[in-house]
Amino acid sequence: MSAAAGICAAPGGASMPHIATERGQREVFCGLTGIIWLHRKIQDAFFLIVGSRTCAHLMQSAAGVMIFAEPRFATAIIEERDLAGLADANAELDRIVAQLLGRRPDIKLLFLVGSCPSEVIKLDLSRAALRLAARFSPAVRVLNYSGSGIETTFTQGEDACLASLVPSLPGHAPGEARNLLVVGSLADVVEDQMRRLFNDMGIADVQFFPPRRSTELPRVGSETRFLLAQPFLADTARSLEERGARYLHAPFPIGAEGTLQWLRSAAHAWQVPEPVFRGATQAAYGRAQRSLARYRGELAGKRVFFFPDSQLEVPLARFLSAEMGMELLEVGTPFLHRAHLAAELALLPPGTTIIEGQHVDNQLDRCCAARPDLVVCGLGLANPLEARGLTTKWSIELVFTPIQGFDQAADLAELFARPLIRRTRLVA
Amino acid sequence: MQLTVWTYEGPPHVGAMRIATAMRDVHYVLHAPQGDTYADLLFTMIERLPRRPPVTYTTFQARDLGGDTAGLFQRAAQEAYERFKPQALMVGSSCTAELIQDDPGGLARALSLPIPVVPLELPSYQKKENWGAAETFYRLVRAMASPTAPTPGTKRPPRDPGSQASCNILGPTALGFRHRDDLRAVKEILTQLGIHINVVAPLGATPRDLARLGEADFNVLLYPETGGTAAQWLGRTFDQPLVKAIPIGLSATREFIAEVARLAGVDPAPALDGAPSHSSWYSHSVDSTYLTGKRVFVFGDATHAVAAARIASEELGFTVVGLGTYSREFAREVREAAQRHGVPALISDDYLEVEAKVAELQPELVLGTQMERHIAKRLGVPCAVISAPVHVQDFPARYSPQMGFEGANVLFDTWVHPLMMGLEEHLLTMFRGDFEFHDEAPASHLGSTAGGAKAPPPAIATATATVGGWTAEAEKELGKIPFFVRGKARRNTERFAAERSVAMITVETLYDAKAHFSR
Repeated sequence: MSAAAGICAAPGGASMPHIATERGQREVFCGLTGIIWLHRKIQDAFFLIVGSRTCAHLMQSAAGVMIFAEPRFATAIIEERDLAGLADANAELDRIVAQLLGRRPDIKLLFLVGSCPSEVIKLDLSRAALRLAARFSPAVRVLNYSGSGIETTFTQGEDACLASLVPSLPGHAPGEARNLLVVGSLADVVEDQMRRLFNDMGIADVQFFPPRRSTELPRVGSETRFLLAQPFLADTARSLEERGARYLHAPFPIGAEGTLQWLRSAAHAWQVPEPVFRGATQAAYGRAQRSLARYRGELAGKRVFFFPDSQLEVPLARFLSAEMGMELLEVGTPFLHRAHLAAELALLPPGTTIIEGQHVDNQLDRCCAARPDLVVCGLGLANPLEARGLTTKWSIELVFTPIQGFDQAADLAELFARPLIRRTRLVA
Repeated sequence: MQLTVWTYEGPPHVGAMRIATAMRDVHYVLHAPQGDTYADLLFTMIERLPRRPPVTYTTFQARDLGGDTAGLFQRAAQEAYERFKPQALMVGSSCTAELIQDDPGGLARALSLPIPVVPLELPSYQKKENWGAAETFYRLVRAMASPTAPTPGTKRPPRDPGSQASCNILGPTALGFRHRDDLRAVKEILTQLGIHINVVAPLGATPRDLARLGEADFNVLLYPETGGTAAQWLGRTFDQPLVKAIPIGLSATREFIAEVARLAGVDPAPALDGAPSHSSWYSHSVDSTYLTGKRVFVFGDATHAVAAARIASEELGFTVVGLGTYSREFAREVREAAQRHGVPALISDDYLEVEAKVAELQPELVLGTQMERHIAKRLGVPCAVISAPVHVQDFPARYSPQMGFEGANVLFDTWVHPLMMGLEEHLLTMFRGDFEFHDEAPASHLGSTAGGAKAPPPAIATATATVGGWTAEAEKELGKIPFFVRGKARRNTERFAAERSVAMITVETLYDAKAHFSR
């Protein structure tokens, strides 16, 4: 568990942030946690984790749920007899899938989700998925991906899930016109806003990935241009590029400026005339600016410290610094995709400290020494930091709340302002 | 493999964390992959602890597996020792690390740390959270108290009659159901009896405190699920008697006081007189007559479920129609209790099975865990929570014990409030059909959607749909019966009809059934 392993300036020179990597205890979720929003997004999909009691317990604890309706995720818990070879794990899995699909005829897409234990015992879920697909197709498509903690951090689970879907996306018909693909889970309301904005600038063929239903998969081919709605989709982007699609570089649609530049990147690719672009965006952009102004007084000049969580940290830090006037003390992120975040990194104040990876004890020491006005961190750290007199914002809310786009920009600012306002209200 | 949507208990290393987090000056180095740190939030969010659990996770990744995960573990253990300076170090594996077989115990011993190292072997693929807590507490107690143990078989010397009797309190953990408040209630009783409390453990104890456990004259065990294994070992090793009664409910509290007083050789009167309970008088008051024979379903950990069933039956006059537990380790105790209540025991950790049982039995009150609360809400049945697994609501800001006389008061309030009040029931009967007191207005505590005759819960609807139909007149007559007994009347009539192969229920059948069941 060595601490900060050297600080190096990112390519681009002195104006770029200082990026350091750190190794040690990581206080982050594993990729299984992505199922919590993915199963709400893809409404006919079921996520079957092949794992341990720990995986099942993680899911119910992280989701903070008791089960109201039977959810579309479950765990096939590996037991002693599976490990001892008394039971054939593959036969057991087949039995459980049959039991599950028998009870849920509404399921059209089944993900077998690998976990730490299933990977360590080398249970081959890709072969299991092929075998089960042969048995249950065409009624049910069966895919697999890994959400294990040894392979993935929190939001990387979505990346692995979407990447597993890319090979089954339909291709383009010859001569078909260019289409725009927006990649990464967004709230339905945000998708609808984005679609209206693109349509207003004359981009009619817009599809979202993941789709709301597995039967509405988007087309992908050499005429596809894609925008990333989320910063954690490295493998998905690579798979799409292998299918011929081209990535439109942009900052992420967070904040008024981020959203404007993100939209502009598509406008450039479609050669949308500037007046048309402005006509399509200026009302919503102005609205976002006016509502953000309300929170600038609360946030400007305040010092913020990010613990790593969702990989959204860099775009969020850029928003807080560039649009809300906050000072960035440290921006922790579990993983930094330098190419996808290039536009974001360029917008950070020179010399911003970015820490990739984590050594949680050392980071807590730095945080407590810096006494930030606001700490953005996970649920395991928030109350202990509050008890030490710091003000915190739980980072998981930034993943579960619609924050992208013009009309959510002020909601996002409010999420950061609320804990600060609350602290000023409480006197006892 | 077992298909699981929701689970009553976490893995055994979470049980170990409950012990480590309850104690002071102990640290747990857990060989675990990234993501297992989720367990921290159970403590910081559900219990709202203002500190992090004293746990270091090695956080190995796939790229470490081909390399030196053992070295990673040793570095983490060394660093945790230097940073936290604990009195004792617990080491172990989570489910994934168990598969890579790095032997945390041996690796930690090889570091030659100047403190006791307690290796934990918690088989994740066989055992669960409560077992893990009990095993961990036992291992710690044994490691710390063994050096002071007398030669095996040594009888405990009689206590000097002039000296104050002393006892240990065993079992309360972090993330326990009302453990903090129960501890206060039990300490009050022991103080009233003039008994010295030697050590409370694990909650608030240090490893050095555990080394003094043998000094007490006897042990008080609050939660056999988490403290039973250690209590048995202490009994064998130090010849310490164990108080068998667990003071949940009025009778059990009296029995507890009597047993403690006998072991300590003191007069029980100060504790018996000192805390008169409202619950007994409230239960005898006329307003409570409506509680008589209310059908109650009980499910939880074994200790709380068995206690709740007894209180329901003997102290509130309910009828226990079902009793069960998710603690397979205590299935025997629950089966015996169920036999006393004349019902079969439900031993299951599958909440869907519990839900089916509740739907089948149609109780008027469910006493269960947070999961049964959800089940009951779905089925429109009043419910009170009596047991872990815990939820943020189970850590109320106020003092709210389950144990002792005040605990009995808390139980009376918590279980009776979800029900329609006695006076309310009479008013509803009197003013039946009145525009305000009409029977489709659901009880306020159930919210606007739950309960009521308009929307019978689906599980009950399917249960009745299989039985013969009702004539329109019979349905109308059934509607004249007060709604809070209507479900029972419908159920009884349908059972009566089914047993006699009556295809269509008429007004006659309805009254025949009424006569049959009121015999």
